[in-house]
Amino acid sequence: MAFKARHKRFVLIGIGLALVGLAAMLILNAFQSNMVFFYTPSQVVKGEVPKGTGFRIGGLVVAGSLKRGDDGLSVSFVITDTAKTVPVFYKGVLPDLFKEGKGVVAQGKVGADGVFTASEVLAKHDENYMPPEAAEALKRAQAQSQTLVIPAK
Amino acid sequence: MKINWFKYSSPQVFYPLAGKLIPWFAWLAAILALVGLYVSFMLAPTDFQQGEAYRIIFVHVPAAWMSMVIYIVMAAWAALGLALNARLSAMMAQALAPTGAIFTLLALVTGSLWGKPMWGAWWVWDARLTSELILLFLYLGFIALQSSIDDPRRADRAGALLALVGVVNVPIIYFSVKWWNTLHQGSSINMGAAPKMAATMLLGMLLMALAFWMYTVAVALMRVRCIMLERERNTDWVKELSLKTLSSQSIAGAK
Repeated sequence: MAFKARHKRFVLIGIGLALVGLAAMLILNAFQSNMVFFYTPSQVVKGEVPKGTGFRIGGLVVAGSLKRGDDGLSVSFVITDTAKTVPVFYKGVLPDLFKEGKGVVAQGKVGADGVFTASEVLAKHDENYMPPEAAEALKRAQAQSQTLVIPAK
Repeated sequence: MKINWFKYSSPQVFYPLAGKLIPWFAWLAAILALVGLYVSFMLAPTDFQQGEAYRIIFVHVPAAWMSMVIYIVMAAWAALGLALNARLSAMMAQALAPTGAIFTLLALVTGSLWGKPMWGAWWVWDARLTSELILLFLYLGFIALQSSIDDPRRADRAGALLALVGVVNVPIIYFSVKWWNTLHQGSSINMGAAPKMAATMLLGMLLMALAFWMYTVAVALMRVRCIMLERERNTDWVKELSLKTLSSQSIAGAK
């Protein structure tokens, strides 16, 4: 089959797409640090966060760390990425899905005392959807496997 | 048996074929949507975290999938039109764009309605939401560019270039929740991994996705038939067709 004009156009389109893809990849790589929606507690502790301005911090709420203030609005809790933790203070209404042990994203600033004062708290949920009974069964199975693992250590 | 596919690239041949196909896809869409809605709202269990509010997923995720799939199909038709200089390919790309834009808008609106009660915000500028918004602008840009150029062949070429450049955005949308940390949760279904969803919920979502898919084919065929008539209005086959329609109408009127 002879090399026709339409084959040339297919090749040109392919090359064009590859070049645009490459350009997009380079741009996204260059802006890698600006593409994150939130920083992790480890990054906050290491000081890899913007100084002076506000930013978002994301992680899990440490179980048992949630304390409510006397005014009924202010709350304090601890966010962890399982490596480092950051204490958070917030005054306002928490989203319904906010729970200890669940994901959360808070917007605010770190004070001199190392406490993150949040102006907005958002709940981050995962992509697991199941009926309550299944969730209960899963939890029980996990607890069982843990009790089996611990004596072996 | 060898089918001559190029035969169907002629609008004159494709016009009646599309007319015959439309009812099939439309009925399939209606039946799948009814079954899908029944599974989604009657059979699927309540979620352990989000209660009943999670049920918007049955519209949100299929709409978001279709917004990306339609864009890829549209760009593929545009590329074929560009390379082969085939009229019908460009018309198919043009016919798909409005449906793609509608599904993108639907995904954004349902996502917003879901985000407020669950996350606590209507909108956040994370990578997933922002790239999906850019997809809407790409669709609108494609439609606007095509309709702003009077010469259809030049409009096709300009639109095809825009569609092809914009195609890089689709993998960015899809992988955004993997590449960067976002407020949006990860993909509901991953290749090679067991879905993290109860089976009935998954069934409802897939049925709705299939229904949206069939709907897309049906309306794209309807739209492409209109585009064919409009663009080919000076050709003999369209003139014959309109004469035939007129005479059958006048017979029906006389009766």
